[in-house]
Amino acid sequence: MGHYGEERVVSFEFTVNGERVVVEATGTRRLLDVLREDLNLTGTKEGCGEGECGACSVLIDGALVDACLVPVSQVTGASVQTVEGEAQDGRLSILQQAFLETGGAQCGICTPGMLIAGRAFLSSGTEPTDHNIREAIAGNLCRCTGYTKIIDAIALAAQRSAHQ
Amino acid sequence: MERPSLTVRTLPPSVAAPDTTPLVIPTDAPGLGRARPVGPLRREGPAKLTGEAKYADDLVFPGAWFGATIRSTQPHARLIGIDLDDAFDWMRVVVVTADDIPGENIVSLIDDDQPVLVPVGGEIRHQAEACVLLAAPDRATLAEAKRRVTLRTERLPAVFDPLEADREFAHYTVERGDAAAAMETAELVIEGTYRVGHQEQLYIENNAMIAVPREDGGVTVHGSLQCPYYIHKAMKRALNMGDELAVVVQAETGGGFGGKEEYPSIIALHASLLALKLQKPVRMIYDRHEDISATTKRHPAVVVYRSGISATGELVAQEIEVIMDGGAYCTLTPVVLSRGVLHAGGPYRCENVRITGRAMATNTPPNGAFRGFGAPQTEFAAEMQINRIADALDASPLDLRRRWVYREGDVTPTGQVLRESVGGIEVLEAAAAESAFDRTHAQTRAMREGRTEGARTATGIGLALAWHGAGFTGSGEVRLASVASLELTDDGRIRILTASTEMGQGTKTIFPQLVADALGVDYDEVAIAPQDTSIVPDSGPTVASRTAMVVGGLLIKAAEKLRARVESHTGRTFAESYRDAGPMRIDEQFAPYPGEPFDDKRYTGDAYPAFGWAAAVAKVDVDLDTGEVAVRDCVSANDIGRVIHPIMAEGQVEGGTLQAIGYATIEEMKLVDGRYLNDRMATYLIPTSLDAPRLKSILVEKPYSGVPHGAKGIGELPMDVGAPAVVAAIHDAIGVWIHDLPATPERILAAMTGAPMPPPPGVSLEEPAPRTPPIEDLPAGGDKMPFRAPTDPGAER
Ligand code: FES
Ligand code: FES
Repeated sequence: MGHYGEERVVSFEFTVNGERVVVEATGTRRLLDVLREDLNLTGTKEGCGEGECGACSVLIDGALVDACLVPVSQVTGASVQTVEGEAQDGRLSILQQAFLETGGAQCGICTPGMLIAGRAFLSSGTEPTDHNIREAIAGNLCRCTGYTKIIDAIALAAQRSAHQ
Repeated sequence: MERPSLTVRTLPPSVAAPDTTPLVIPTDAPGLGRARPVGPLRREGPAKLTGEAKYADDLVFPGAWFGATIRSTQPHARLIGIDLDDAFDWMRVVVVTADDIPGENIVSLIDDDQPVLVPVGGEIRHQAEACVLLAAPDRATLAEAKRRVTLRTERLPAVFDPLEADREFAHYTVERGDAAAAMETAELVIEGTYRVGHQEQLYIENNAMIAVPREDGGVTVHGSLQCPYYIHKAMKRALNMGDELAVVVQAETGGGFGGKEEYPSIIALHASLLALKLQKPVRMIYDRHEDISATTKRHPAVVVYRSGISATGELVAQEIEVIMDGGAYCTLTPVVLSRGVLHAGGPYRCENVRITGRAMATNTPPNGAFRGFGAPQTEFAAEMQINRIADALDASPLDLRRRWVYREGDVTPTGQVLRESVGGIEVLEAAAAESAFDRTHAQTRAMREGRTEGARTATGIGLALAWHGAGFTGSGEVRLASVASLELTDDGRIRILTASTEMGQGTKTIFPQLVADALGVDYDEVAIAPQDTSIVPDSGPTVASRTAMVVGGLLIKAAEKLRARVESHTGRTFAESYRDAGPMRIDEQFAPYPGEPFDDKRYTGDAYPAFGWAAAVAKVDVDLDTGEVAVRDCVSANDIGRVIHPIMAEGQVEGGTLQAIGYATIEEMKLVDGRYLNDRMATYLIPTSLDAPRLKSILVEKPYSGVPHGAKGIGELPMDVGAPAVVAAIHDAIGVWIHDLPATPERILAAMTGAPMPPPPGVSLEEPAPRTPPIEDLPAGGDKMPFRAPTDPGAER
């Protein structure tokens, strides 16, 4: 892994949860590490580092992405959304509140990724059926819940959002 | 600037999907339209939902170095020497070997066989055994240093099959009546041999530990863990420290399921040794590859079973032999075997039973705790027998269980009289009713009989029933002598002090809930102290489904005492007067539950204070061309005594059920030369949301009177029934029995076509496979390579 030493450190500019950031990093540094270590946004988690678990899910320009697979060079100018952007003004979002009420978070390590996948699903306007929600979170592994209560949470949030 | 395209997961199209009925969830939260109150919201939920909760790898310690472990790549060898390449400047890193261990080179647990690090001249007993530790200020230096360490070894013959092993960790015999004589009189004898393999806990947060040296010469470890006092004990011994010098603090923990019961002791010792030598904090953060390669799995087992049925249709004899593979070191194996043996008969009345069990040593990484702890292995065999008996008698598997299931007053193989809280028949009826078992079973039978040549899929339904002893086995709780404390601080706050950890199961919510109820105050008025050994007493490990029942019971007693003391003091109700009544503290120690004490030598008496009872019904579709199984429905009914928090209890049932479905269908560790082959998330597969059915849990309440709140354990119980229910459903669909878990497409097709069965699960193949890259070259703890090496060829499943 000599490239750590050899690669040039340059600056990258993008927005995270609506705020403009500039980071100094090598181009291949993972977005996940930039978020967690350089920007101290540790809400985004690492479960596998190879695109299998979805614990590192973030939205890049609204698209659901595994941050462990994205080099920082690819987010220049983009808008990145992480779990830290989900609550507004210190209040849980409808989606977070639904997770809390249905029991959609147990150990919580998959939860930031699930919320991000859930957010992408809600924004897509897809009809909140059991099957559609299952497809939307199929890239996010949870070992605690058996998924049922996570699906209930997303369905409940969709329902409440529709009534707003 | 143009950006290259990203790897984006496509969202499902909004076109009609197979089922288009929107989920109807009443919006009158927090009740969500349920019949019962749902209980308070998860205490640490908001922190987890906003990303504020700090898991070990989220903690920042300025100046911390990164630690790594150099592991054996031989299953059995002598360590001749450790070579450090002269071309590297070793002043840039810290190197720790067995010579640096200030205390005994032992990972303290049941037996003293496992070293913290293999010393030069010592014996390596498995692949992935730790030999050398390194720490460096940055990951690049660490990775370079790792490549410059060579272990010189002399290979020794390795044993992989527990049936061929001669080193034994433990053996037990349970005997009641005369099984051999009764078997002679039986009208029908059903025999079977069942094999189950390793299962990985696959908590989504990898193991992680950070050691911080202190000025007083001690060290504090912060980590992902289940049992603070197991680690504390291990640190005191290997680091030669007193009680106060070794301090263990739990970080938010991203799942455990038994997998963080004992291995964290090793990681804490490794991180501490580096930190003490370096005198700086050291981060030992495993990546997924290292976590799967090195940490414990569910024990593989072979269960040989004979059941005898009399002419009058009674179960008259059971002869059972259990052989478990402990792996290379003892760890918790004797206790796992013990639980496996004690549950092997299943929840059925039988006068003549003989169960023998032995746990053997092999040259594979040590096996340890995983939800169910020996019982899922033996109860799989027990339920296979019952379902096969029903099949042989052409009887309904539901009726047979109705007839044989334990009722109040029945006696178990250890001579334990089941005096109360015996919910076997209730859970059976509840699961059968919810799933319309009889009707569906008749339908699937008709479908099977009417199936034509061209059929592509087959549908089946299967039933299983189980019991699970709550709390530690035998005299375990008496020996633990746990303490749970409650204090009234001088500034008028109520605080719970226990070492019981939260890993998602709800400890931090149900404890304040139970205490608030007992004190007559609001849930929010009760705080809970951090799980830090310098603050909380030893309330025992967070294992064995004991937390809600045992520690929760102690807390209620402590609360009752605190309330009485305050009220007699102030003459007013506790709620009105506690704020000015402190400081005060109650330390409540475990007192034996009523019943016959367990005799650890003869294996007689009350093996557990009470049992939980579970029934599951699974419905599957089997693809007749590929042998693939899709679990369509699963109902699990569980008697857990008094329900404390319905939503969290259901969460335990649902999560445990899906782990059991994974165990039944897809989760299998493959080994070559004693090394796990599919040691990554891409190759060890667990169920995704698309593999999982919508899980239906039913909670049945048969309270246990030995604890004030009537609660029994819940965590492990649902794990016992899922797998046999799925395998019974597969049989119902295609008419063949799968004796080995998991029931993979290969095994199913082999059973259907008569082709040779794949090798048994859990046994390593001999030939060393080509390995690219070897463990030493992969980034270990804390190392973060931007992109991972391509998939191991041959590791794909
Ligand atoms: S950490 Fe990125 S997908 Fe698992
Ligand atoms: S809540 Fe633990 S992994 Fe999902």
